[in-house]
Order: sequence, then structure tokens, then C-alpha cells
Amino acid sequence: MHAGIIFFLVVLGSILFHIFTPWYWTDIASNWGSMDDTITLTFWVGGVVFITVCLFMIYCVFKFSYKEERRAEYKPEDNKLEKILTIATTLGVIALLAPGLIIWNQFVNVPKNAIEIDVMAWQWGWQYRLPGEDGKLGNTKVVNINDNNPFGIILDDPNGKDDVLIQSEEINLQNNRPVKILLRSVDVLHNWYVPQFRAKMDAVPGVVTFYWFEPNKVGEYEVLCAEYCGVGHYAMRGSVLVKDEQDYKNWLQEQETFSELVAKQKKIEFSETKLAKK
Amino acid sequence: MSENYNDNKIIQAQSSETVSAGGSGATPDIDYVRPAEVLEQDLYHGHSFITKWVFCQDAKVIGIQYFLLATFTGIIGLILSWLMRLQLGYPELAGFMTAEHYYQFVTMHGMIMVVYFLTALFLGGFGNYLIPLMTGARDMVFPYVNMVSFWMFFVAVMVLMASFFVPGGPTGAGWTLYPPQAILEGTPGSGMGIILMLVSLVLFVIGFTMGGLNYLITVLQSRTRGMTLMRLPLSVWGIFTATILAMLAFPALLVGGLMLVLDTILGTSFFMPTILKAGEVLEYGGGSPILFQHLFWFFGHPEVYIVALPAFGIVSDLISVHARKNIFGYRMMVWAIVAIGGLSFFVWAHHMYVSGMNPWFGFFFASTTLIIAVPTAMKVYNWILTLWRGNIRMNVVMLWCLGFILTFVNGGITGLFLGNVTVDVPLSDTYFVIAHFHMVMGIAPLMVIMGAVYHWFPLVSGRMLSEKLGKWHFWVTFLGAYSIYFPMHYLGFIGVPRRYFEMYDSPYVTSAVGMNEFISMAAFLVGAAQFILIYNIIKSLKTGKLAGKNPWKANSLEWFTPTVPPEHGNWGNKLPIVYRWPYDYSVPGAKEDFIPQTTPPSKVSDTEVEKT
Repeated sequence: MHAGIIFFLVVLGSILFHIFTPWYWTDIASNWGSMDDTITLTFWVGGVVFITVCLFMIYCVFKFSYKEERRAEYKPEDNKLEKILTIATTLGVIALLAPGLIIWNQFVNVPKNAIEIDVMAWQWGWQYRLPGEDGKLGNTKVVNINDNNPFGIILDDPNGKDDVLIQSEEINLQNNRPVKILLRSVDVLHNWYVPQFRAKMDAVPGVVTFYWFEPNKVGEYEVLCAEYCGVGHYAMRGSVLVKDEQDYKNWLQEQETFSELVAKQKKIEFSETKLAKK
Repeated sequence: MSENYNDNKIIQAQSSETVSAGGSGATPDIDYVRPAEVLEQDLYHGHSFITKWVFCQDAKVIGIQYFLLATFTGIIGLILSWLMRLQLGYPELAGFMTAEHYYQFVTMHGMIMVVYFLTALFLGGFGNYLIPLMTGARDMVFPYVNMVSFWMFFVAVMVLMASFFVPGGPTGAGWTLYPPQAILEGTPGSGMGIILMLVSLVLFVIGFTMGGLNYLITVLQSRTRGMTLMRLPLSVWGIFTATILAMLAFPALLVGGLMLVLDTILGTSFFMPTILKAGEVLEYGGGSPILFQHLFWFFGHPEVYIVALPAFGIVSDLISVHARKNIFGYRMMVWAIVAIGGLSFFVWAHHMYVSGMNPWFGFFFASTTLIIAVPTAMKVYNWILTLWRGNIRMNVVMLWCLGFILTFVNGGITGLFLGNVTVDVPLSDTYFVIAHFHMVMGIAPLMVIMGAVYHWFPLVSGRMLSEKLGKWHFWVTFLGAYSIYFPMHYLGFIGVPRRYFEMYDSPYVTSAVGMNEFISMAAFLVGAAQFILIYNIIKSLKTGKLAGKNPWKANSLEWFTPTVPPEHGNWGNKLPIVYRWPYDYSVPGAKEDFIPQTTPPSKVSDTEVEKT
């Protein structure tokens, strides 16, 4: 069999695989449908280039396979052709890049009404903190973390007192309400990733990183750690429940705030006096 | 071999070929070549087995030493990949494997394949063998340093292998070695394993710098008369540019590695912030884990091109010889190599879009990354345009080249997904990334290596490799490797994260089990197929068809040594003189379909040569 036929079957097989594959992206459950659109666009542009280049190559090996008496063409350069190809490629690249950058601009600009969520990661687990009625999260410090202050909240910070603490790997989110995920880690790199939401970002010890999305489908989703974090990496899971507004509010009311925790444990005190002096 | 050519240290200006140029000058001599400006190199000739084959200063022997040792590490890397695939495809059969083992295998596989296999093979192996021969030099300019370079590499490999046997085993930090986890408990090999890995890398960089200086200065200073830069074969251009990249990129790895060693041993905090582990605050503070990532990828991305550029160069030469046609757009090809090399230093953070660095970087690095696609695409066009109206020999070498084009275009296009920051976000850290980089910097360069082995084996050994075995080797490798990595992209679309020892029962990936089994079967098969090549080489060394001189009817200098295989000093008594570029194939009016670089214009005066 001519080698060109096999190469052709490889290209054809790739196209058919793409059309009929049962393995494709998991149904989206956030606002980042535009990311899927850029993937589709890249597939079209890239796919057309891949198929064209390969078919051209296959045509050549059929048409110009070796014959003793024939001579190849002698044409070292063709400036015009090279120029056309350069320009066409540049245009193709711009067509891919421009939408990508526009969507990236949305990705880095968080909507004002987004609820901030503190996602705290360690080897190997997650826990979460939501702002209380003031809508603000208190500042934290790694060295403050202990059994009495599981999130390391700075006691002087009045914003922290009403923070809602969720010492569980499971978090609830309100449907159709943007969230700003604030990531921090107490030990190594982690990454809070829900495939259905598309977006992800590393949690880096020493800094707070962020990203945002808006869940738009009620349901339960699995959280995966997407940045290698040692031997328990593959087992570092969590879950997200996306609920309608009322269900979400009911759940939120049942959660404990930081001042409730402090009152219950009676082991630490807020330094009210210090604040008063300020 | 002639050992006395050094005795005739003629300053070439006085030799007969050039005397006529200074003559009365009524008709300018069309064969005129500028005289040599320096004396010929003194070479040390080995006299014993040790000096000829072990501590040898002949670049060709050093090249083969590099090749063999890199292949040895490559086979270790291959076996590790089998073990990983066993766990991923058939975990019930891999009961002996713990998560610690799995992460150690992943790490060692990655580091071995990228640095100790591909880099050493392309630059140390092909670089040493081909640069002096293709440029018409007798040897590398610093043969002794070149020898030391190989032995540093040898020690680096030994240190790396030793890490398999230390308490705690080799590091399992992932090949990117990201701190803090790389040096903290919770990652396998966080004690001796990581230290040995870093020491080995430092040794590799030192050894490689010795070799790299040789490659650069040999190309710049030791070319024979008439071999202008724009007459160099693209193989040399590729290796030369890759070496410049390596000289600039490896120092970043070196300092990153040294600082990480200090963080491990002395408890410094270059990359270590305040860390709480098992309820206790460690004695670190103030360091930046992201700084390490910048250093690592400032090395790591050019590293991709350190592997790719030699492959680009070599495949251009192979395609041209076996399509019996000049490489299309030689100048564009040279400038594309240089441009890709330059741009490769401005794209590193595209590995870090979701690393937590300032997200505004995304705009810059997405733009630079997609710009690099333009010169890369030009190279692809020129390869296929070289096939256009060629006279293509469909032999094993050409098959590997075609396999390269297909896999490289495929892997290049998935690079457009990952380079374009928005598209990267959902795909980053998933199997899409694994599929992409194996296709583009694993399989594609491997195709070139294999093509190059079949192409140059006759020069190295004097015998041909079996075409029949070669075709089996190619088809199993190509079809198998493609069926490993093409479907793997779709696991990434599902969202399957990389570096997972086990998926458990994640609801949306249970459908991937069948694909994982298939991929593992293909991986076992492709790995096994490589032993066809080893068998082919051993068999052909003894019984292969004698190659004779220039069996492929190629133009470049390496095929025109007085003896085949070439001996120490390469050129016998007299250095070759170069009159043209190496791509004069099928020139109209010429008797044969190739005009070697050493053929003076007066001998082919009735041909229509366009470019010299």
C-alpha cells in the first residue's frame, strides 16, 4: 500500500474522531461559555490549516514520487509566495488572538457585585470563608492559624468578626451571582478547579490570588486540585453545591461566624481596647 | 588514516587553487575562493583503546558516546512511561505501585526525556558528529574541553541514576520541581532525591556549557574555505541557534537549582514563604514560589526550542536530499530559525497563565506566543513546498520526515490553544497539555531523530540499515504514537487533570477509562517497537549492505570525506573547499541530479545555478 494512503487515513481518522467522539467537554455550568467559543474558533482555524497542510503533503508524495528519468523543479525562492503566506498566517493569528485577549480582559476584571470567597488550601484539603453582613473579609496571617482560629484571621481586624467560616470541603454558591474566588495556601501550590466552571487559578503560599465566575446551573460539582501538591494531590477533592437564592440564604444562615466560634470556645479574645484607641 | 597532514602546514593562500586569482585578471577566476586566514588545527591522536574510545577527543566519537548514553537514559525514561501507563490504564495490575512511586516515575520520566535524552542527543550527539563534518572542520576547536563535556554529562547521569537508590528514592516533585512542595515532606524524595536531581542538573549545565562553547566557536571560527554562513546546511543552523539558546537559558536553571539547593540544605528562603505544616510554622519566610517558576520557565521555554530547532534543521536537510530538491526558501528558513530562537526568550510565562502571577501579564505573553507561530508556520510551508514538484524517494528516511510534518503541525496547532491565554485557562493542567507537548516536542523531534539515524547510519558505520525493518519500525511508532496522543487531547477537554495517580469515580471521567486502557496498550506497543531499531542497528553493523561513498547522493560536506566512515581529522591531507550551498539538487543542465558543495563552478559551467 502506498504510504500516502495511510497518511490520508490518519488525517481522515482524526476528523472522524473529532466529529464522533463521545469524549468532549463536560457541560458548562458558568458564564465562561466564551472560553468554549474560543476553543471552537481555534479548532476551526487550526483544523483547516492541519487538514490543508497534510492533504497538500499527501498530494505531493503521490504526484511527485521518485522516477529515475524525472528531475525535480529547481526554484530556490519565491518571494511573492512567501510574502503571501506570511501575511495570511499573520491574519490567521490575529483572528485567534484578538477574541482571546478580549475575553481575557473580562477574566481579569471582576464584576463589582461579585461575592468574595476565601478559599484556603493545605495538604490536602480545602475550607472556605465568606464575608458576613459587612460584605468584607477580614485579613489573615498564616502564623495566626490554630485550632481556635482555623483561618488565621487577624483579631484586630473588625471586618473579620462576622466572617462566615465553613470548615468543610463543601461550599454552596448562589446561582447566577458572580463570585470572586480568593485563593490562598498555607503550605504548597494548589489549584481550585471545577471543570464545569472552566476557570482555574493556582493558590500560592504567601500571596492571595483570584479569579471569578458566575455559576448558572443548579447542581453539585466536584472540585479537583489542578496543581501538583505532593503525594495526596489526586485525592484532594472538594465539592460545590450551586443553589437558588432562597436555598442558598437558608444554608448561609446555618453557618457559624467567627465571633460565634470565638464565643463558643472562649479561648481567645478580640482586642477591642486596641481598636478603640485607634 | 593519514596522521601527517599536520606536517604540511601550508598557509592556504599559497596553494594552487587560489594562485590564479592573483593573476593578470583579464578574466576573473570563477573558482576563486578566499584564502585561509589561520593555520590548521593541531589534533591529539589517541593511541590506546582508552584515548581512542573512552577519553577520546574526536568529536565524532564524543558524538557517538553522547548518543549512546542519551539513548540509555531514554530507555530508562521509556520504561518509566510504561509503568505510568500501567497504573493509568490497568491499575488493578499495578498493585505494587504506590502514589509515591507513580509521582517519582512521572518526574524522572519528564526530566530524563527533556534534558538527558532529547537535549543531550540533539546537541551532544548530532551536534558533535555533524558540526565539524558539515562545516569542513577537522574537529571541534577545543577537543579536550569537548571530551570533558561528555564526561561531565556521564557524571550527571550517574548522579541522577543514583537518586533511585538513596533513602526516600528519587524526587517526585514533577519535572518542573516547583517549590515549596519539591523540598517539603509530602512529596516523595524531598530529602536526598531532590538534592541529587539538582546536583545532577548543575553538573549537566556545566558539562553542557563546555560542549556548547565548542559548537558555537567551531561554527563561527572553524568553517572551511568557502563555507560562508549562508552556505551552511540548515542542520548546522538549527544546532548552532539552539546552542546559543542553551547558553542563555541554562544559567536561569542553574541559579534556580542552586537557590533551591540552598533552601533545602541551609534553610534559606529564596522560594519559601511562611509555611504552616502539620500545625507548625516552618522556619521559612519571605520567599516567592512564583520566582522559581519564572526562573524555571525562562529556561524551560527556550528548552523547547533547544530541542525543536535542531530537529527543524535536520529535517530540512533530510527532506531536501530525499525529495531531490533544494530546500524551498533557504534564507527564510535561516531567518525563521533565528527569529524563533530570539522570540523564544519572550514567551516563558505562557506556562504560568494560571500560576497566580499578575493576570495582566497574560496580554503580553499571549501576544508574543502567537507571534512565534508565524515564523514556525513559515517553516512548515517551506517543508511542504520543498516536496512540491520534487522527485520524492519514499524511503524510510522520508517516511520519518512526513511523520514529523504531520505530528508537528498537529502539535503546533494545539499550541495555539494553549498559548492563547483565554483558551488556556480551561485546558491548563489537564491532559490536553500532556498530549500537546508530547506531540510537538516528544513525538515530532523523535521522528526527526529516527529519520536522522536511518540517514546518517551509513556514514557512521559504512553500512545501510535494513529498509524493511525500518518500515515496520516507522509505521508501528508513527501510528501507535499518534493514537496515544491524538485522543489524549479529548481527555483534557473533559477536564481530566494531569498528575493524578488515580481518578476514583469522578462522575464525568468514568467514560475515560476505556480510552486510558487503549492509550496504555498503544504505549506498550510503541515502546516495544523501538527495539526493532536496536535489533536493526546491531544486525546491520555486521551484515548490512555496504554503503559506499555518499549512498544518498547528497551534497553536504559530511559525505565527502576521503574515507567512510570518516577518520580522526576528517579530511585526510587536504581540507575541502566549498563553492556552493548544499541544496543544488536537480539543477537544470547538470548531468546528475545533485551538485556537491565541493564542485567548483568551472566543472558545471553549463548549468543554470541560481543560488550559490
